Amino acid sequence: MAYSDKVIDHYSNPKNVGTLDKASTSVGTGLVGAPECGDVMRLQIEVDQATGLITDAKFKTFGCGSAIASSSLATEWLKGKTIDEAVKIDNMDLVEELNLPPVKIHCSVLAEDAIKAAINDFRSKNGLEELVFEQSHV
Amino acid sequence: MLKLPIYLDHNATTPMDPRVLEAMLPYFVENFGNAASRNHSFGWQAEEAVDYAREQIAQLIGADPKEIIITSGATEGDNLGIKGVFEMYASKGNHIITCTTEHKAVLDTCKHLEKLGAEVTYLEVQPDGLIDLKQLEAAMRPTTILVAIMYANNEIGVIQPVKEISAIAKKHGALFFTDAVQAVGKIPVDVNADGIDIMAFTAHKMYGPKGVGALYVRRKNPRVKVTAQMDGGGHERGMRSGTLNVPGIVGFGKACEVARLDMAADTERISKLRDKLENALTQIEESYVNGNPAHRLPHVSNISFKYVEGEGLMMGFNKDIALSSGSACTSASLEPSYVLKALGLGDDLAHSSLRFGLGRNTTEEQIDFTIKAVTETVLKLREMSPLWEMFKDGVDIDAIQWAHH
Repeated sequence: MAYSDKVIDHYSNPKNVGTLDKASTSVGTGLVGAPECGDVMRLQIEVDQATGLITDAKFKTFGCGSAIASSSLATEWLKGKTIDEAVKIDNMDLVEELNLPPVKIHCSVLAEDAIKAAINDFRSKNGLEELVFEQSHV
Repeated sequence: MLKLPIYLDHNATTPMDPRVLEAMLPYFVENFGNAASRNHSFGWQAEEAVDYAREQIAQLIGADPKEIIITSGATEGDNLGIKGVFEMYASKGNHIITCTTEHKAVLDTCKHLEKLGAEVTYLEVQPDGLIDLKQLEAAMRPTTILVAIMYANNEIGVIQPVKEISAIAKKHGALFFTDAVQAVGKIPVDVNADGIDIMAFTAHKMYGPKGVGALYVRRKNPRVKVTAQMDGGGHERGMRSGTLNVPGIVGFGKACEVARLDMAADTERISKLRDKLENALTQIEESYVNGNPAHRLPHVSNISFKYVEGEGLMMGFNKDIALSSGSACTSASLEPSYVLKALGLGDDLAHSSLRFGLGRNTTEEQIDFTIKAVTETVLKLREMSPLWEMFKDGVDIDAIQWAHH
């Protein structure tokens, strides 16, 4: 199976690899997947608590090239969005942008789950109710 | 100049040796006869070529040419050997013993036979990949007709103790079948010294053409017969009908001859390169060799690089290096290698493995390139791996409650 150029580009030059201070109340952390399944994503957002704007996003991913590319792209999209806009990122947008084949759709689902988990972590740290999400497209 | 890409997947298939191709060429256009045509020179010529090849094949494994049944490859050989015994010896019993790390061609054949009334024992392997002979002994029953254990494993290269296994089978009056696809042509295999009754092997794993293989079926002490799985013209002593693939068989014969003559020199050279590769890559922190290193094929190394995922790892260099991973990220099931799991490796280590399969054309320059590329990619991906960060921070990853998808 050949990878799309966009996947290869994100894999070779991943954007926003790194770690934010998970103890900070302005940081939300999402850790999803499982080592046994061959995919673990950790996605973090730093939020301006006054405006709700995502000022920074970082990821680290254990997984295949598509998983790395999905999380790299997700961090790019998150930066500059408000929390309310970020909630609307759909895994199928990642699939389309990266030209992921059907067997790799689960990588995009994982990235969407990581975004939502990071947002909820931020919300619960700041005394807000966690959002309940529908199942993403598999 | 190093030519890219580098091929390090010789357990999957091998390039054909030019000497093999040369031997085959006259049998396509000029000498195209059917080896079963008994009444003219075209047929005689083809038959003579097949007879010669059969001798070359038999010689490599210490067999008599009459004991070589030509097949289309080892999958057919596995099916014919196991199903053929099950049918032929039905009056003696219905119990078969095999092991969990066999190739799918053996495992799925056994599963098929279970539906037809066979009782199959799947022996677990030890953490080094070898079966436990005491467990084999304990599994033998009066109804055991066949012990089917592979000679050498395709993923980790471990060599099973075939002499001891065949002795146990013989003691209990059962036949011994072995899938020797990875072993024949690579290490000395002798059907008499090893006590093998039936053995499947194939040409394309030993620098011969694809689509041709052989099933060794013992004729003396004991005389073994297998029930044909394909009905037709009664070729191959009635055990495998079908017009013989003459050029393929000629190529297979030549490949066997080359393997026999070059084996010692090839093994010495290739195993040195394998050791060099393995020594360098196990310098990387948290990397582990899978399978018993003392009982192993000379050209295989299977290594897990903890905290990086195999497919992601391969992507770092698969433009330049062709090899396989135990990760199955591409499969819908997301299940990693069942062979590595059978060794007791956690799924995470199974997902993190690479199989290096060296071959006759592998050079030191290629190995040096591979060492560098793999090392760099492992280190790069670990910088990107949340698991590596947790490991370095002293977090117990096994204690985390992961949400399984």
